Amino acid sequence: MPRITVTVDGITYEEEVEPRLLLVHLLRERLGKTGTPVGCDTSNCGACTVMLDGKSVKSCSVLAVQADGGDVVTIEGLGAAGEMHPMQRAFHEEHALQCGYCTPGMVMAAIDLLREDPEPSEETIRQGLEGNLCRCTGYCNIVRAVRKGAQEMGQAVSTP
Amino acid sequence: MTVQEVGQPRRRKEDAKLLTGRTQWTDNLSRPGMLHVTFLRSPMAHARITGVDVSGARGLPGVVAAFSGQDLAAEQGSLPCAWPVTEDIVIPDHPPMAVSEVRYVGEAVACVIAVDRYRAADALEAIEVDYEPLPAVVDMTQALSADSPKVHETGNKAYEMTADFGDIEAAFRDAPVVVDRTFVQQRLIPTAMEPRAILADTDGESFTLWSSTQIPHVLRVMLAVVTGIPEHKLRVIAPDVGGGFGSKLQVTAEEVLCLLLARKLGRPVKWTESRSEGNLTVHHGRDQIQHVRLAAEADGRIRGLQVSLLADMGAYLMLLTPGIPLLGASMCNAIYKMDAYQFNCTGVFTTKMPTDAYRGAGRPEATFLIERMMDELAAAVNVDPIEVRRRNWIRHEEFPYATISGLTYDSGNYEAATDRALSLFGYDKLRAEQADRRDRGDPVQLGIGVSTYTEMCGLAPSRWLADANFGAGGWEHGSVRMLPTGKVEVITGTSPHGQGHVTSWSQIVADALGVPFEDVTVLHGDTAIAHKGMDTYGSRSLVIGGVAVLKACEKVKEKARKLAAYVLECSPDDLEFEAGAFKVRGTDSSKTIQELAYATFTAHDLPEGVEPNLDSDATFDPDNYSFPHGTHLCAVEVDTETGMVKLRSYVAVDDIGKVVNPLIVEGQVHGGIAQGIAQALFEEATYDAEGNLLTTTMADYLLPSAADLPMFTLDRTETPATSNPLGAKGVGEAGTIASTPAVVNAVVDALRPYGIEDVRMPCTPERVWRALEGVRR
Amino acid sequence: MIPAQFDYERPTSLEQACQALASDEDAKVLAGGQSLLPLLRLRLAYPSKLVDVGRIAELKGVHDRGDHVFIGAMATHDEVLRSPVVRDGCPLVALAAAQVADPAIRHRGTFGGSLAHADPAGDLPAVALALEAVFVAASAQGEREIPAAAFFVDYWESALRQGEILTGVKVPKLGAGWGFHYEKFHRTAQAWAIVGVAAAVRRSNGSIAEARIGLTNMGATPVRARATEAALQGVELGDQVRQACEEAAADTSPPADLHAQPDYRRHLARVLTHRAVRTATASP
Repeated sequence: MPRITVTVDGITYEEEVEPRLLLVHLLRERLGKTGTPVGCDTSNCGACTVMLDGKSVKSCSVLAVQADGGDVVTIEGLGAAGEMHPMQRAFHEEHALQCGYCTPGMVMAAIDLLREDPEPSEETIRQGLEGNLCRCTGYCNIVRAVRKGAQEMGQAVSTP
Repeated sequence: MTVQEVGQPRRRKEDAKLLTGRTQWTDNLSRPGMLHVTFLRSPMAHARITGVDVSGARGLPGVVAAFSGQDLAAEQGSLPCAWPVTEDIVIPDHPPMAVSEVRYVGEAVACVIAVDRYRAADALEAIEVDYEPLPAVVDMTQALSADSPKVHETGNKAYEMTADFGDIEAAFRDAPVVVDRTFVQQRLIPTAMEPRAILADTDGESFTLWSSTQIPHVLRVMLAVVTGIPEHKLRVIAPDVGGGFGSKLQVTAEEVLCLLLARKLGRPVKWTESRSEGNLTVHHGRDQIQHVRLAAEADGRIRGLQVSLLADMGAYLMLLTPGIPLLGASMCNAIYKMDAYQFNCTGVFTTKMPTDAYRGAGRPEATFLIERMMDELAAAVNVDPIEVRRRNWIRHEEFPYATISGLTYDSGNYEAATDRALSLFGYDKLRAEQADRRDRGDPVQLGIGVSTYTEMCGLAPSRWLADANFGAGGWEHGSVRMLPTGKVEVITGTSPHGQGHVTSWSQIVADALGVPFEDVTVLHGDTAIAHKGMDTYGSRSLVIGGVAVLKACEKVKEKARKLAAYVLECSPDDLEFEAGAFKVRGTDSSKTIQELAYATFTAHDLPEGVEPNLDSDATFDPDNYSFPHGTHLCAVEVDTETGMVKLRSYVAVDDIGKVVNPLIVEGQVHGGIAQGIAQALFEEATYDAEGNLLTTTMADYLLPSAADLPMFTLDRTETPATSNPLGAKGVGEAGTIASTPAVVNAVVDALRPYGIEDVRMPCTPERVWRALEGVRR
Repeated sequence: MIPAQFDYERPTSLEQACQALASDEDAKVLAGGQSLLPLLRLRLAYPSKLVDVGRIAELKGVHDRGDHVFIGAMATHDEVLRSPVVRDGCPLVALAAAQVADPAIRHRGTFGGSLAHADPAGDLPAVALALEAVFVAASAQGEREIPAAAFFVDYWESALRQGEILTGVKVPKLGAGWGFHYEKFHRTAQAWAIVGVAAAVRRSNGSIAEARIGLTNMGATPVRARATEAALQGVELGDQVRQACEEAAADTSPPADLHAQPDYRRHLARVLTHRAVRTATASP
């Protein structure tokens, strides 16, 4: 079995894995990182979205062996010192989650879309989240939260 | 002076764990020695099973056991239907795992239990099943013809139910206007984002079942009956549950089978559904053909309404399957006055996944047909759709109002909600734009849709449910205990899965006991903790469960009052309760409820008849439903070249009475509207002629993403309900119920100048284009 | 769902990769995996071995080669759509790549993988066809070039032979005077194109000098709307363009599926071709 090295939320793991093991199952079942859920089998729902080497990916559609040497950040690795990431806070403030199942992926996708456009329009936000499905919120508050999160992240960066 | 919590947009207590991934989804849970279950499912819609050979699976690495339906036949029982709606209803035997015959694609025929899910999935491929094909029964109308193949030996009709109110023949006799339409409610897949998951464990005597369910309490009762596990030896836990929308209001084959497998193997077993498995086997929703006739005067006043439904039950009757279409029976007349109303429904068996509750359950179907008919009536008498509604609706001064179908609407103000919606929407301006586009022959036409809905929620009182043959009560339970340190633990019989009960209940309790919002915790979803409950569905939780909690608080306060009077050496009548303290009127002497809680804990000095501990419980069984209502307006742009429908704006003004948490209410309405729009424009579960589901994945069953929906503009009017002391009405389903007809009315409105009177849902570009092609020819 | 078992190799050179593929006829190339993984999870594919070409340097990157842009097979959609070389040299590719799936999938999914998958419903094949791109394939026997018109053979079938790996695609630069548009028609943002139209149009003095139009999901392979291309030649911008686009569905055999019937697809091809040409001629 291939041996891989993956850093997840700042901790480096060495694992022997079957080639077919999905990255999301490596996270959930081998590393105990159950914060990232699985919502479909066709990469439509985006619930399993994580950052791999700084970019959003759907961890159900990446093999663990493909992530060998990679740096993964999950919803559990956002924020620091017990503080939520500004985007997580914004989701809370704007009531952008109900059942919360899509939320980890949605938050990761939201953070990712700000890499390219730190001050996104409503249209940019909606397009940037097209790969993440939510069944509870109708997306209105998610769009608001992303805008708020973007503002706060901008402030966090610009504040010395 | 403390701020009143009820009415505040409190941010949710539930959020932190969900936002940081510290969740307890059932699939996250693990037990020592846990095994994984996978099910082999029928690829045939209808077939006799002539042989199942699981031996190939048994020897494979990591495989602990494999069973066929025959192996489990003696102990698996039959899945329950708790709503025998008529005396002569046919309720076929429903084995959790098929034994001799399969009746829909996806029905479980065998299972594997292995050390991990990868090996369990592999071993399914080593099982051999021999099928002798039988004819599929896919179309409801054909299913009722005499020469149709039968789904069950008893035939394809499950039941027929008719209700007559007033003289329907007289209403139609010589009516100046008769509108006759047939609408199709397509089949939908509820698609909660969390796929189902189940974990069953046993210590040899007692059983614990974790399930992604809306109904831990009902499930426990039903599973005890089906499996023979004594109810007191069975604990059911609904941990974090990722949405339901009715789809988790069910007693599923997999829940029964996981319990049986844990019992058989003496080890914990877990099953997690894949999405494609779920599309096949989570109960579906809607699926009706609606024949509707409406008789009216020349000015558009309704004389009578005749509704005849065919409702697709699918292959079996599950928990509430037959009753779902009948939940619309009292709602087709909606907010309108009429002299006569007839409702008829035939439940039809087909070789498809059974249908059951999906957000709104019966009321969206009813609301759709009447709100579509009101637009058709408006066109027939050449009156604005808003005006034709005004001419028929119950005026606000007429409440309480006894409707033609036998309900009493306690309150409402349709005029106020409609006026507000029209002004937010800019109705007149959009009508002017519409006229302009029509004049110009713009290839993109504007359509305006309206839906002035009402609905009934909080199925209760229990004695009415007896009349409907519903297999459970309508009450809800709550208990409240002050802990020694003055914190408050609330236990509710409702089982939230996204609705924010922990937050809303905390607000109710904070006000009732005068304690800080932060000092309240709410426990739920575990039958060992919440001993009594009727769970969460039908927009019942706040108006019944929240009220039960409020009533328990009042009892706690009364007990505290007795103690306070004893401690403060006064009469209970001399005490006033304010900001969490009992104060002797006209003095400075007082005791906080926290001090009293501690005193009842130590119990050093309690008055005669006052037991230690400051706690109480209460059940609430309301006298009536609550009847939210509102006016939704929708503008769509229809590209007449491609048929594409684009939502341009959406306004919803809802009246849900008193509001506990406006933030949560707004979220419920947003999500409800999105799901209703999705039925109107995007979603459809499609079976082919052989009974194969074609929409097994999210790539084929199209759900809207953020990129497919606009912002919604919301507002509220507030006419308190009189059926509960909070004055609240349910809000969980209102958006879904209201929005579907608003959108379709808008689509048809855009196309009416072309002579188009209906577009079947979902209004796909191809359907719109075909409708236009039909009239262009 | 869970993929069936397979062996796995991750060569670091093209030569090793070709050897790995040649040794096993049921082996498949794993590029970004964004089409393959869902198929594996649904157990619609059972490769014996996956040859992961994700670490082969020769397959990466986007390169300006003078008269054409060479897009390495392993360049992701995200890299392609942001590449200044692509945006300048073959903007139509960037426009279409931006419409492939969603951002997370574009981070993993590759230009070469998408084309080698040869799905006529994919957005890029019609673009490659319209731009007359040339596919470069390598095997133990060496390298060969395959013109786009010969690359797409049937549904999910390309001209790549057993043991061959697509190393990249040469996309000719069309030079000044050309305008571009990719018109994708789908029911939801996530859904596959019911029909897509890739248009490259060269203007000259208020008329159309030359048009190249590739159609997505109008047959077993991407197809050129040759009749419309011919009809557009020399046509003045305006009403005649619409008339020329009425031929867009000629000689196509679009599929019937859940989302559309053939006659509707033909109708869409006509309407959308007109829109695509109109937008392409209006673009700077």
